[in-house]
Amino acid sequence: MNRLVIWYGELAGSRRLTWRGLALIGLPLVWIAVMLVAPLGAMALWAFATRGPLGDIQWTWTLDNFRRLAGWDMFGWTGAYLSIFGRTVLVAAVTTALSVAISYPLAFFIATRRPLSRYLLLTLVIIPFCTNLVIRTYAWMLMLGNQMPFARLAQWLGLIEPARALYPSAFALYLGMVTNSLPFAVLPLYTNVEKLDWGIVEASQDLYSRPVGTFLHAILPQTLPGLSTAVILTFIPAMGAFVIPDILGGGKSWLLGNLIQHQFGVSRDFPFGAAVSLVLTLLTLAAFAAGRGRGEETILP
Amino acid sequence: MEKPFHRFGAAAAVPLFDGSIEAGGGALVLPLLASCEVRLQGIRKSFNHTEVLRDVSLTVESGEFVTILGPSGCGKTTLLRIVAGLELADQGRVILSGRDISELPANRRPVNTVFQSYALFPHLDVAENVAFGLKARRFPAEETRRRVQDALAMLHLEGFRRRHPHQLSGGERQRVALARALVNQPDVLLLDEPMSSLDAKLRSEVQLELRLLQRRLRKTFILVTHDQNEAMTVSDRIFVMREGRIVQSGSPAEVYDHPASRFVAEFLGTTNLIAASTENGVCRTPLGPLLPRVTPPWQEGVLAIRPERIKVRSDRPIANGLRAAVSELIYRGDHIDVFVQPGGLRLRCLTGVRLALGQRVWLELPAEHLEPLVE
Repeated sequence: MNRLVIWYGELAGSRRLTWRGLALIGLPLVWIAVMLVAPLGAMALWAFATRGPLGDIQWTWTLDNFRRLAGWDMFGWTGAYLSIFGRTVLVAAVTTALSVAISYPLAFFIATRRPLSRYLLLTLVIIPFCTNLVIRTYAWMLMLGNQMPFARLAQWLGLIEPARALYPSAFALYLGMVTNSLPFAVLPLYTNVEKLDWGIVEASQDLYSRPVGTFLHAILPQTLPGLSTAVILTFIPAMGAFVIPDILGGGKSWLLGNLIQHQFGVSRDFPFGAAVSLVLTLLTLAAFAAGRGRGEETILP
Repeated sequence: MEKPFHRFGAAAAVPLFDGSIEAGGGALVLPLLASCEVRLQGIRKSFNHTEVLRDVSLTVESGEFVTILGPSGCGKTTLLRIVAGLELADQGRVILSGRDISELPANRRPVNTVFQSYALFPHLDVAENVAFGLKARRFPAEETRRRVQDALAMLHLEGFRRRHPHQLSGGERQRVALARALVNQPDVLLLDEPMSSLDAKLRSEVQLELRLLQRRLRKTFILVTHDQNEAMTVSDRIFVMREGRIVQSGSPAEVYDHPASRFVAEFLGTTNLIAASTENGVCRTPLGPLLPRVTPPWQEGVLAIRPERIKVRSDRPIANGLRAAVSELIYRGDHIDVFVQPGGLRLRCLTGVRLALGQRVWLELPAEHLEPLVE
């Protein structure tokens, strides 16, 4: 039925509005269908296939890939893949914790500057973000090289052997991961802090709170939305990282991202790679859903 | 942990109200004997080279309800924030009950504030909001519970305990803000334009309630407002501020009836201004010679008279009379605004009798209400 309706001040027929709405979201829908749903579907299907002798795909509909991921192969059980899982979660969690710990005070620092300095500082935060990830990571490699001041200092302090570089190492890995995720943590926190109601902070002072109490009761609750966004935006990409662990962490500290990349690259084992990807995607989604469910209660005013 | 302000502990606990007046009025125990006098001495404050407060000195007696009245930007809120400890004065002292608290941080001043925006903690419910100050000072749980209960009862908030601020109306939020401040039994309660977000009817109700509450608690209240009606309704004393200075102070009647300056006369209510020059105690004005309340200290100046003080009459008054035609009538329900334009001036007066446009009437400007202003 075609009724007359007023849509934000515009008088139009309801059918006309429906068609126009469909026309407007049509292209994005097609884009998502082709670029997201189709590859994800393909991945989900591959995960149940088998690698042929030439790296081709044989549709055998088996759970072998998942069994292999859990550690069983023809020689019995090994924890190798599971330890990659564990390491990935650990690296992602530590990266997130470090990024947020650095970004939180930084966001307050930037948000309380004068407008001009604020934009300048924000630009500084965003600039690295405009450089390609691989280039940025190689830049760190150069910076941490054995002749560079940082490595020299570490050698002099006896933290590393003489003539060694600072990479590959856990230090280099986290350095790369954290610098990479910093803008994603700073920006949501900054927008949150900028809107902070300082009146509530003053009320807390007026009501005899000491600094710690004021932080816990007047500042922290107000920044929970920014914090949860910062955590999501750093944790999820960190779970899938492969360039930084490969270059700065070295081949010995493989993460899931490296494992997946290897399956689609060197090993040409698409079905196993698809299975790992599927599990990673589901795990991340589950973590996201759990965090969101809990987050909303605290975030809502 | 800071000791809870010892005076509270030491003073004899006197039940505040007898319970018969107030429904649910659990006794908020207050030290009645403690004097809570506030003295500000030579307060100066500038922001970015703009002087906001220029040498403000004032004394608020213990148990007095004082209003700082002034237009926006006159520095009144800054002054209040200096008393609260939320702003540091460039110069001058804040003395509370004889103790210099100028450099005491806000969280250690026995003073609480009701903020203009109320600044309730959005993530805490009403009871938690009210308990905040007591918990911060680590009061025993039992006493906290009892005091919160009393404060909620006093402000009729028992039904709202578990509500969050966003589930409350403006008036309810304001009561929570009041309860949250009063539950701490501060020496002085500061109120920063607490009625500005209430609608007119609710505002006048709340003003009256606030006045009664202060009478009952006998606490020192300092209220900041730009609303002269509010100031007249609630205060024992009004300090009128302008451009960072106190220009006049006194009881509402004193300030209203004897404004010292044109600014005060016009800021508090409406007034008629008549230019005059003095000769032997008599003022020459465009309306003819008029006799003011006191001989003006100036040669050339302005006389002021409130519209409601002008008498509209049918016969000629003995002195200070003039005859004019009614140029405009506005029916206001409880009275009628009459405008006349004698001698090129526009005078406003009030009357209860029905007049007709163009009707010629006698006006009497009684000498005792004809106030010479010191410009």
